[in-house]
Amino acid sequence: MTGAEFVPLSLTPLLIGIFAAVACALPGNFLVLRRQALIGDAISHVVLPGIVVAFLITGTIATLPMMLGAAGAAILAVILIEAIRRLGRIEPGAAMGVVFTTMFAAGVLLLEQSDTSSVHLDVEHALYGNLESLIWLDATGWASLLDPQALGGLPPELPRMAVTLLAVLLFTLVLWRPLKLSTFDEGFARTMGIHTPALGLALVIVAAVAAVAAFDAVGSIIVIAMFICPPAAARMMTDRLETQVGWSVLFAVIAAVSGYVLAGYGPLWLGARDAVSAAGMIATMSGVILALAALFGPCRSRTGAPQQG
Amino acid sequence: MAGVWPRHRSINWRGLWARAMLWDALLLQLGYNATLVAIGATLLGIAAGVTGTFLFLRKRALVSDAVSHATLPGVGLAFILMVALGGDGRNLIGLLAGSALSATAGLMCLSWLTRRTRLAEDAAIGAVLSVFFGFGIVLLTVIQTMGSGRQAGLEGFLLGSTAGMLFSDAMIIAIGGALTLAVILLLRRPMTLVAFDPEFAVSRGVPVHRVDLAMMGLVMAVTVVGLKIVGLILIVALLIIPPVAARFWSERSDRVVLLAGVFGGLSGYVGAAISASAPNLPTGPIIVLVGFALFAVSLLLAPGRGVLAAVLRHMRFQRRVHLRQGLLALAQGQPIYERLTLRLLRRAGLARADGVATDEGRARAAKALRDERRWEIVRGDLAHEAAAALYDGLRDIETVLTRDQIAEIDRRIGGPKGVGA
Amino acid sequence: MTLELATAQGQTLTDSGIETSPLAIRGLTVSYGQKPAVFSVDMTVQPGAMTAIIGPNGAGKSTLLKAALGIVKPLSGQVQVFGQPLEQQRARIAYVPQRASIDWDFPTRVIDVVLMGLYRELGLLRRIRGGHRKRAMECLARVGMQDFAKRQIGQLSGGQQQRVFLARALAQAADIYLLDEPFAGVDAATEKAIISVLKSLRAEGKTVVVVHHDLATVADYFDNVFLINTRKIAEGPVAEAFTADTLQAAYGGRLATAQVDQLARALG
Repeated sequence: MTGAEFVPLSLTPLLIGIFAAVACALPGNFLVLRRQALIGDAISHVVLPGIVVAFLITGTIATLPMMLGAAGAAILAVILIEAIRRLGRIEPGAAMGVVFTTMFAAGVLLLEQSDTSSVHLDVEHALYGNLESLIWLDATGWASLLDPQALGGLPPELPRMAVTLLAVLLFTLVLWRPLKLSTFDEGFARTMGIHTPALGLALVIVAAVAAVAAFDAVGSIIVIAMFICPPAAARMMTDRLETQVGWSVLFAVIAAVSGYVLAGYGPLWLGARDAVSAAGMIATMSGVILALAALFGPCRSRTGAPQQG
Repeated sequence: MAGVWPRHRSINWRGLWARAMLWDALLLQLGYNATLVAIGATLLGIAAGVTGTFLFLRKRALVSDAVSHATLPGVGLAFILMVALGGDGRNLIGLLAGSALSATAGLMCLSWLTRRTRLAEDAAIGAVLSVFFGFGIVLLTVIQTMGSGRQAGLEGFLLGSTAGMLFSDAMIIAIGGALTLAVILLLRRPMTLVAFDPEFAVSRGVPVHRVDLAMMGLVMAVTVVGLKIVGLILIVALLIIPPVAARFWSERSDRVVLLAGVFGGLSGYVGAAISASAPNLPTGPIIVLVGFALFAVSLLLAPGRGVLAAVLRHMRFQRRVHLRQGLLALAQGQPIYERLTLRLLRRAGLARADGVATDEGRARAAKALRDERRWEIVRGDLAHEAAAALYDGLRDIETVLTRDQIAEIDRRIGGPKGVGA
Repeated sequence: MTLELATAQGQTLTDSGIETSPLAIRGLTVSYGQKPAVFSVDMTVQPGAMTAIIGPNGAGKSTLLKAALGIVKPLSGQVQVFGQPLEQQRARIAYVPQRASIDWDFPTRVIDVVLMGLYRELGLLRRIRGGHRKRAMECLARVGMQDFAKRQIGQLSGGQQQRVFLARALAQAADIYLLDEPFAGVDAATEKAIISVLKSLRAEGKTVVVVHHDLATVADYFDNVFLINTRKIAEGPVAEAFTADTLQAAYGGRLATAQVDQLARALG
């Protein structure tokens, strides 16, 4: 394929897919180790009510109010889950199940009740995004990367996802030590003066921000898959957290690239005419990677250390 | 319309109309289909509530999330297969059979990941649900390209849709719900045993593994039957919310099971009725929201485990602890550091603002100290072991011992024997 | 009798002890739900000594330690470290948690765990240098684990894991060491290694507090005991506070009379 074809049609969706995958996989490492993997699941479900409420309040589908609404819903969900877990003394999984299904149901109901037929706002979009349509029509080839006028026509999702990834990266790097320490041994972390509840909340909020930024471009399926599959696969490759995070980033990139390519060209190779959902394919590829790691990864099984003596 | 009639009248009419419709719906008077859907939703709700309780009590509530999401590729594959064989693709039994098969595959992946690898169950659940769901979406887009007009509402399985449901479909759902419920009734004894005490169940010769499998089979059955009404994203709610709500009302497992069934059935029935009473009220979300309303009431108001009761209890408890500690400090002439303690003592008229005891305070303090010594004897004496186990620093000794026993203890405190005062 | 003992100490120590004691607790009550795990406890740890916290299962030993460290929130009461609030003196306390409270499947190596002890020194971003690594290795050597530095922690035996945790506490270079059941489920070699390290800490003038469950070794290992069963039962030097009477008071019916007699004979 030539640059004239690749740059306008495939470069931006690919980059957006990669940035989204990595931004979710990074906090996913800690969520998986903290047994909070399903927080990602919960967050991605409550994004829908968030954007519907934002639409009802502002009456537009502008990006900023949508993202604020989604972020607000994610934070509300986290608070509700925590409140129900503590107040009702209910195990976290069940508390999560209560909150995200209820909020999702409320979102669907609001959507049905309100007149959104004139705007592009529906459940399917929130679920699987529209990665394929984030093309760069102003580009004519590789040279456009240096052309300020063409760069002005970049889909806004690209810079937004890049900034999100940068923020997530910064959070992970700066708070690496406290995050690792409190994930491994919370009691000890407290005695070191680390405010572990605040840190735990910060991690969930960062995950929510990554999820909200990503859902708009790629839909919530990728978000859930990337929170969990790359870190889970990476855990089977190594016994060091530093290395694990490296593997998870690599796996996220591979899943994004291979999923995008297979969705776009796979059907053509098989003789079909139309592409399939890129978001679904990227999630599927992350599952394939996880399956391979679970079958062949060097550190795939639990270390059977003697518990006594 | 608002221009023709005064605004308030038009609202009034609509309100009356809606109320009449809801009433008709609750009385099952909205036609065959709506009635069948309501019956099906009720049976489904009962079955889901009861099945969900077993999952919830085994702390595996979200396994149902993986199961429900894993149905999607099955629906897609079944459709493709039926079309490839020249059939109609939309045959509900065929689609449900496909969804059951892929949910089984999802469950097998889940159990393999948690048993054979180091993944914890929550990560395995998330991995299975996102990957299966993603693959299902891929298949849906494949179906969209297969030829125009034939896919006909497979998206309906995501959120459920009862509008325009065929009579035969409604029949299938009602029968499916009834069958699931029958199986639950049949298996309730062994399942209760396994859910509450697996080891005891083994010792009684109950095949735990097979009962577990049956439980998962029921979760799958509930999911599959619910696909058309509530949709695969929200069916989890029916399996989780009623049991969680029921748990607030009782500490006894059999009652929790029963109550969860009642809550689930109520959510299904009322939800389906409300949904049938007006357009734009999708069945699945309404059922879930009715269930949540029951949960919210339970969380706040249930006696015992409810929030309101717990808050009141905790405040009372904290006051008792502080008062008791304050009295003991007064009795031993120690300074009182805590401001709350001092305030409580003062308000009860037991101490002055500077921390000096009033007359009544001195009397109560002396009693508290004497009780502490009595407790000490009780706790050091094998003969009082049962009573000693009740010690929590606050309990009045009169509530666990008879007057004679206390007199006997007082003799021992008074005498030199064993108490080197 | 025990109450009189407590009062007597309370009077001498609340005034002088709270200022100088490495760890002083006043009126501490912690409750999980409606039942207090620890009720109105005073404790004054003696500097430069080894103190055992002893009591039956569920008597609130670990809870007392965790409340002293600010890990659990008390219902009432105060904790002072060297006469000042805990938060200002964090750097002077090292803590060895119960081994069972940790996910040993966590992806990290022995040396990384010991380096966690240097967190307060390293902060968020300071680079780990050769000097830090050397210190961590020295701490590992003190517990006899230097050959295991590169192992994943899950591959160690229970006793080895416990020694790694002790090495991490040593890396903190604190003045007071709090250990929660360090001898639970470890082999004899580990127990010996740990106790010799603790004794060397005492020799350096450090203060050691250990939640302990083995009554038979109390007199051998420790200078002072603190007997607790929800309330404080006794506190003081082993010879005075660790007697048949106090044990009976702490354990009540749970310790067979024969056991108490046997212990009493052992104690002389």
